[in-house]
Amino acid sequence: MTEPVLAAKGLRKRYGRVTAIDGADFELYPGEVLAIVGDNGAGKSSLIKALTGALIPDAGEMWLDGKPLRLHSPIDARRYGIETVYQSLAVSPALDIATNLFLGREIRRGGFLGFLRLLDRPAMRKQAREQLDALGIATVQDITQTVETLSGGQRQAVAVARAAMFGSKVVIMDEPTAALGVRETEHVLDLIKRIRERGLPVVLISHDMPAVFEVADRIHVHRLGKRAGVVSPAEVSMSDVVSFITGAKAVPV
Amino acid sequence: MRGLFASSPALGPFAALVVAVVFFSVATDTFFNLDNFSFVVQQSVVIGTLALGQTLIILTAGIDLANAAIAVFGTVLVTRLALGGMPSPVALVLGIVGCTLVAALSGGLVTRLKLPPFIVTLGMLAVMTAVTSLYSQGTTWPVPDGLLTVLGTQLYLFGQIQMTIGMGVALVLFVVVWVMLARTAWGRHVYAVGDDKEAARLSGINIDRTLLSVYALAGLVYGIAAWLAMGRTPTADPNAYQTGNLDSITAVVIGGTSLFGGRGGVAGTVVGALIVAVLRSGLTQMEIDSNYQNLATGVLVIAAVAFDQITRRRSA
Ligand SMILES: Nc1ncnc2c1ncn2[C@@H]1O[C@H](COP(=O)(O)OP(=O)(O)OP(=O)(O)O)[C@@H](O)[C@H]1O
Ligand SMILES: [Mg+2]
Repeated sequence: MTEPVLAAKGLRKRYGRVTAIDGADFELYPGEVLAIVGDNGAGKSSLIKALTGALIPDAGEMWLDGKPLRLHSPIDARRYGIETVYQSLAVSPALDIATNLFLGREIRRGGFLGFLRLLDRPAMRKQAREQLDALGIATVQDITQTVETLSGGQRQAVAVARAAMFGSKVVIMDEPTAALGVRETEHVLDLIKRIRERGLPVVLISHDMPAVFEVADRIHVHRLGKRAGVVSPAEVSMSDVVSFITGAKAVPV
Repeated sequence: MRGLFASSPALGPFAALVVAVVFFSVATDTFFNLDNFSFVVQQSVVIGTLALGQTLIILTAGIDLANAAIAVFGTVLVTRLALGGMPSPVALVLGIVGCTLVAALSGGLVTRLKLPPFIVTLGMLAVMTAVTSLYSQGTTWPVPDGLLTVLGTQLYLFGQIQMTIGMGVALVLFVVVWVMLARTAWGRHVYAVGDDKEAARLSGINIDRTLLSVYALAGLVYGIAAWLAMGRTPTADPNAYQTGNLDSITAVVIGGTSLFGGRGGVAGTVVGALIVAVLRSGLTQMEIDSNYQNLATGVLVIAAVAFDQITRRRSA
């Protein structure tokens, strides 16, 4: 059996009296799209935050390519090539689109100007434009527009574009289509498929069952802070999955 | 219209500056001449430089109440070291390094202990005022002539325009910080941290390191403000610039930098510092009581903050 790219066992995280992650397990296999589904507050976002260094779990272990993984901050996860679209999007409203896309890994000028650490803004704008075009986000007219002037869906597209652009190991998306229209959602699902074609595994958190069934290879059902089980979209129906989420039916083992 | 202000935030303050200059030029017959303009700029160099450091910190959604106290400490430190026989270049460098370290200490308390900048720098203000007072033994010290006072040297540009070397140094400093903020990754990170700290953290920015570098750089700027101050008045006076912290905040805010962080910049601060100086000089020449000058400045600050608040609410 192949080894998971990213795995976790027995993750735990408490916030005061709230247990956000309660002994959660997780496996992501090479080249797959894994959907994570679950009720509001089930702990899906908390789980992926632990997997991306955005929160430090109280207990549990993680592995990347079978090697123990310790993350102290989101910077660490980025260095390992784990890219994330957070539910909060994590974009800076007052900065422009291109700056946001390259935040934390800016392109510098060559030669002496690069030695002075000056930015290569034309290069960043050009690549940002290309990336957004590739995503089919033609509605963004000006790459130097500040993110706060964008619609909710456009903001989400910027966050997705950033993850797609830099992910080199794993791409994780926490409800990337929540604010998107039908056409834009299709673009993101296409993008997810294209990332999979590149051989990168994708984690997709979503409440949108048709979307999940369209792209997912496996579905991780999250309930009450832990993984209730994993099912294959080929073997269960959407209404089954809804029952697993609410606990009306037990997830088959 | 609002879009225009959002894309170049120094535009509003700049318009206000032009209006003020035109107004005083019409209202008095002494305001509109080169010597007076030069005087106005000279007046604003020290506070403007303190405001430059202040801008960096306010951009991160912080505030520095200790900036003037740190600079005054710098003047006393440099002067006493030089009077004690230390070569002035060494004394000057030590003074600037001292200012940098003190401000970096504020930054360390803000980042390590997660204390609010307001409280940290309020404490630092009291500490530095006391330290300076003790170290100066409560008296003023004459700054030795030479390198330490060189920034006050008058020059005539094109044989006409009266300038000081300090004006040039301050200008270069503003340009350097402007380039750092607008054209380097570090500058973008400063804005990101001030704009939305959690988003910046999730975007992989090292928040603590960015904040610490901001406080340290601000401290370096305060050290240069100390040098400028010694050029303007060649005495190290522990009681000088007691309202320098508030005056610098005034300049920053009038210049359109948001107290909520992440918006604004040093171009606005130059304009803000000039507006305050123009207002004071113009009102003085109109023989208006200094209480009214303070009142006018106060109203301007509140107007600037209200404008910021309203534009933020609309764009949110
Ligand atoms: N920073 C925090 N402080 C306190 N409680 C938190 C924090 N973050 C999450 N929680 C709690 O942890 C639980 C799980 O939250 P989480 O955001 O992981 O859920 P989720 O499955 O992503 O939900 P949704 O589908 O609504 O996004 C919730 O009860 C939430 O209130
Ligand atoms: Mg969530």
